[in-house]
This record gives sequence, C-alpha cells and structure tokens, in this order.
Amino acid sequence: MGAFADAARSAWGLIATGDAALLDIVGLSLAVSLSAVACATVVGLPLGAALAIGRFPGRRAIVILLNALMGLPPVVVGLAVYLMLSRAGPLGAFGLLFTPGAMVIAQTILVLPIIAALCRQAVDDAWAEYEEQLRSLGASGFGAALTLVWDIRFSLLTAILAGLGRASAEVGAVMIVGGNIDGVTRVMTTAIALETSKGDLPLALALGGVLILLVIALNAVAHVVKDAAQRRYG
Amino acid sequence: MDLSRRALVALAAACALVTAHAQSTYITVASTTSTEQSGLFKHLLPVFEKKYAIQVRVVALGTGQALDMGRRGDADVVFVHARPLEERFVAEGFGVQRLDVMYNDFVLIGPQSDPAKVAGGKDIVEAFRKIYAAQAAFVSRGDRSGTHFAELALWKSSGIDIAAAKGAWYRDTGQGMGPALNSAAGMGAYILADRGTWLSFRNRADLAIAVQGDARLFNQYGVMLVNPAKFPSVKQGAAQAFIDWLVSAEGQGAIAAYRIGGEPLFFPNAKN
Amino acid sequence: MPASSILPLSLRRVGFRIDGRTIIDDVSVDIGAGPSTILLGANGAGKSVLMRLMHGLLAPTSGSVAWSDRDPERQRRLQAMVFQRPVLLRRSALANVAYALKVARVPRPERERLAAEALESVGLLHLANRPARVLSGGEQQRLALARAWALHPEVLFLDEPTASLDPSATREIERVIQAFDAAGTKIIMATHNLGQARRVGDEVLFIHHGRLVERAAMDHFFAQPASAEAAAFIKGELPWT
Repeated sequence: MGAFADAARSAWGLIATGDAALLDIVGLSLAVSLSAVACATVVGLPLGAALAIGRFPGRRAIVILLNALMGLPPVVVGLAVYLMLSRAGPLGAFGLLFTPGAMVIAQTILVLPIIAALCRQAVDDAWAEYEEQLRSLGASGFGAALTLVWDIRFSLLTAILAGLGRASAEVGAVMIVGGNIDGVTRVMTTAIALETSKGDLPLALALGGVLILLVIALNAVAHVVKDAAQRRYG
Repeated sequence: MDLSRRALVALAAACALVTAHAQSTYITVASTTSTEQSGLFKHLLPVFEKKYAIQVRVVALGTGQALDMGRRGDADVVFVHARPLEERFVAEGFGVQRLDVMYNDFVLIGPQSDPAKVAGGKDIVEAFRKIYAAQAAFVSRGDRSGTHFAELALWKSSGIDIAAAKGAWYRDTGQGMGPALNSAAGMGAYILADRGTWLSFRNRADLAIAVQGDARLFNQYGVMLVNPAKFPSVKQGAAQAFIDWLVSAEGQGAIAAYRIGGEPLFFPNAKN
Repeated sequence: MPASSILPLSLRRVGFRIDGRTIIDDVSVDIGAGPSTILLGANGAGKSVLMRLMHGLLAPTSGSVAWSDRDPERQRRLQAMVFQRPVLLRRSALANVAYALKVARVPRPERERLAAEALESVGLLHLANRPARVLSGGEQQRLALARAWALHPEVLFLDEPTASLDPSATREIERVIQAFDAAGTKIIMATHNLGQARRVGDEVLFIHHGRLVERAAMDHFFAQPASAEAAAFIKGELPWT
C-alpha cells in the first residue's frame, strides 16, 4: 500500500534529520510517561506487596478493585482529572490544567493499578515459595516483604514495563488534561491524533512508527538488563 | 533501598524537566479545531509571541466545548465561531466583550460522483433539500461545534426537521472537523466544512467542493476575554494584549497574509 | 549447653486439623538433647506437618508445643530448619548466610566472618561469591545447611533434605549433618528413606496416619519393630487404606 511506503519514508526522514519539533515531542512523551511510571512504581510496589502479604479486612475487595481498574478507560480518567484540576474544580487553584504535570497525574492514575496488581501477583507467587523459609529465619512482616520485593526485582520490571507500555500508548487522558498544546503538552500520541485529524495520514503513521520504535527500544533495553541480571543472579 | 533511591532521583529529574516548560508568561486560548488545524495559529502566534514575549497556548476544541472551557475558567481567551452562543456566553457574564476578528466561509463538500446532483450550485438550502431527497450519505460533526450549529441552522432553513428526518443516510459522527472529513472521504459522503480546514486537509480521496459562495455560508469568528471578575486566575493583561493585537491593523494584516496555495483562508473584518 | 538449653521440647496431645481432615492426631512426646531423632514414615504420614508444628511454623489446633525455655526470642534463635527444597535469595552464597545473621540481629562486622565460617563448614567457601541460585542442587542444599547452622542453633530441623538430590549429593549432605551432630547440635530429621535414617539417626519416631505409633532406638526399631505398621513399613509393604 502506498500509504505505508509514504509513512516509512516520512518516518525515516523525521528520524534521519533529527527534526527538532519531533525531538521535543519525543522528549516530552518520555518525560511524562517515565515520570508517571516512576510515581506509580513508588506507590504501586509497596501497595502490591502489602496486598500480597498483609492480611487485613477489605483486602480481597481491594485486590478485585485493582484488577478491574487495570482496564480503566483513559478518557474517563482524563475527564475526572480535568474536572479536579479545572479552575472551577477542587484543585483549580494550583493551575495545573493543560500542563505536563496534569498529564503525569492522569497517567499515574492509569498506570498505578497495573503496576500494583501485577506486583501483587508476583509477590503473592513468590511468597508461597519464600514464606516458610523467611519465617523460619525470623524475618518479620515488613522486613520479609522488603526482602521479597528486592529478590524478585527482575520480575517486577515486567510489571513496570507493562505500566510504561500503557502510559506511552494512551491518548485519551493526555489529550483532555494536556490539551495537545503545540510545544507545551503535545506528545507522540496526541500529535498522531492531530495529524490524523488534518488528514495527513502518512505523517500520522510515520509518527506512530517512531513511537513504536521508541517503545521497542525501551523494552529491549529493559529486557537486556533483566536477562543479564537473571543470568548473573539466577 | 537502592532501587527506590534511584527511582526518586529519576523522578526529580523528570519533574524538573516537566516544570521547566511552565516558566515564561503564557495565556491559554480556547479555540476551535478549524483555526488550529488550518495552520492559522502556527502562522499568527510567532509574530505575536516575539513582539510581546507572551506565550500563547492554544487548546483546540469544538466551539461548544471551547466556550465550556471558558465557563470553567480554564482559558483566558475564547476564540470561536458561533455568534449566538458567543453572545449568550457574554450575557451570562463569563465573557467580557465579544469582538469580530475575521470570517471565512463554509463549503459543502461531496464526492465527485455527486449522487444528489448538487455540484456547481450556488444555493446551499436547495442543495440540502436535494441531499435529503436523494437520501445521499451525509456526515455531520454532531459535536456542538460552530460548524455543527451552522449545519443545523441550514437544515432548518431548508424546512427539514433533521431530528425527525435523520436516517441511515445521516451519519452523526461526534468528531472534530478533520476526523469528520476523514469519515466523509471514507464513505463518499457530503459534509459541511469550513474552508480553512478543507484547504489544509490532505486525505481528500475523491471529495471536492460541491457548493460554495452562498451568503448563508458566511462564517464569522469572534474573540472574548474570559471575565476576570468571575475567575481571578485569568491573566487579564496578557490576554487583553493578545485580543488587542488580533483586532489591530498588524494582527488583521497577519490574518490576511495567511494563504495556502495562494488562496487566503480567513478574511479579517474587525471593526476599528 | 545444659544451663541455657531450650530443650527438652514437649508436645502434649498435639492435634492439627485442616478443612475437616485430621493431619496430626493426639501426639505427645518429649524430645531431649543428645541422640539424633528421625521422624520416619511414608509419604503423607504427617512427618512434615509434625516438624512444622515443632518448629513453630504451624500452630496446633489442639494440645500444646512447649520448649523448656519460655523466652520466644531465644526459642527462635536456637532452632533452625532446612527444607526439602532450599529457598535461596538472589544474591551470593555468602550474602545468603549473612542475610540470616542480619535477621538474627548479629552486628554487621561479625556477619561476614560468621558466614564465611559456616560456608567453610559445608565445604562451599570457594563458591562464596557465586550467585546462590546458579549453584547445583546439592550445593544449594549445603548452602541452606550453612545458613541454618551459621548461628550454631541448639536444634536443627531437617525436612527430607535429600529427597530431591542424587546419591552423591545425598552423601555430601549426610556427611555435613553428621558433622553438625558431632559438634553438639541436636538433629531432628524427617525422612522416608530407611538407609538414611540408619546412617544419620540414633532414635526413631515412627509416624503413621498422623499418629506417633512407636518410639525406639534405631537398632532396636529395625531389629524388632513393636507395631505391625512399622514392621510393614520396614518390609516396604505398608498397607494403604
């Protein structure tokens, strides 16, 4: 198909010339998604570990809720965050709407359930294996959880990558809370949506190609690190 | 722990990167997809920004949504094209004063096979009647945009109650101008579009202008300052400077100078 | 170490039921310092559960398990357990032993020395910096023994420690266990392997269907089992019901 050939040529042109606008957009995409994943990781890993190891009332309900929230529609999250951050909303005074900060907040909410739920699953499986040994050694609840999370850190990388995939691919939430402002909140996915709107399908597809390459590169790096570490530590 | 410390450092770096964007003075303009996607802002804003050192951030939505953004105080300036709605916005106290800025016109786009036999005509109301009579495929924005309101007004002028008359031929897409044009191109349907978006639209397939030049296709754009008395967060000084510049001789000249393929897209008509 | 001993261990009418099934049924026994004790029985007899009740990993649903020393901190510190399949952390062999010392609040400067000593005692010092998870099965189990023994516990529980190992690795493990025994550690080991029971143990607690059927000195048990079930087990003809 001609469109794909055009797109491939156009994508290559964008990459080869190091198009400045494209670099800005790629940089912002990375900054927003990585920040969101970092925030979600800092909260999600302890939450997931606590849900796996802790025994408290409401735990099952939270686990079910978390699993369900993995499929949260980005548009709904975007809308909710928009209404919170709007000048007329409860957090309006901070003036965060249509800033990259708002996009980080929305993506953090999207990614958190994924990281927490996958972490809970991984820690749950590992706990079945480690529990007796750690208790026999006398490791306490919190210390045992920390040991466990650290010991399965390479498996948890998969959870974090799943979160990153979700963050870098979604368009609904960042479009609404970021506003797709040229040079300020325009990221890869909203730029693709815009070019599609303008009917420039080859350029849209080319940007999509760049996004896919970027995601592949990030995953490749993460997997090389993971594999090397796993060979090293077993 | 090692992992969390590294994560925190990365987080701090990312936050610094993210907030670096929010340093200079800026205003937020709620505008329409037609002005953004036609490329007008890319042409206008650098001129203004350079002179005033004020960054203009444009959020492009349908006119209805853009006005709602102003109603919530999320924009400093609203720049749209649906006069009755704009006047209501000001009357409700959300906008300070409405000023004419420019106009362009709507065009009826249709497939070259022209199943409703309307191509080349000058009477848009007659064309709408023929499309309905032929039950030819018609794509509606359906998104409370200025173009959508203009389309609804034209159905009314044609004496057709579109709410009752809509059937399989009338495709209500709920999308912006560009996506709606993409849909029309894919279905070989008629569609009402603003000329600016049409001229800059690439994926035309076999679509072409069927009807243009009717006085009823006139499309006026207006600009309003969001009421600072209602929303103290409105950056009144910078926003007023932008509005003043748009209707000034310099701003009007910049609008007139924007052309695609030698064709002007917008015609300045501020009353000074 | 009689003055500070946590032994004897006393089980009084201990029962363990789960999901309506009785796993351990009315077991009373005192286990003192001295001879190595073997929990002998077929697969599914309840040896592992009984050992976990003794070690404190499970709480009995009836009866009581008590050590002569009532201080829970000392109880925990002076006993250790090696499982059928060792669970090692993803770090070096040395760090695995050091981790156990850290959990037991051994001051940091002493950990490395004690850990190295423990590795030496199982013949793994040359692999100290090797990641634990890439060691062979036998090496992993010896590392687990080193980790359990690093604190010189008074009582060492071993739950079928060679069940997943080949014969030569099994010999290695048995040698280490015998060395710990000789150094004064009380060995309590579950096994279904008659040969291993004879090589390692001094006395037998024979478990059948969750009940303690017979307690006897090793030689006596094999020469003249008192119960029909033990006699059948020794003949390898244990009737399954």
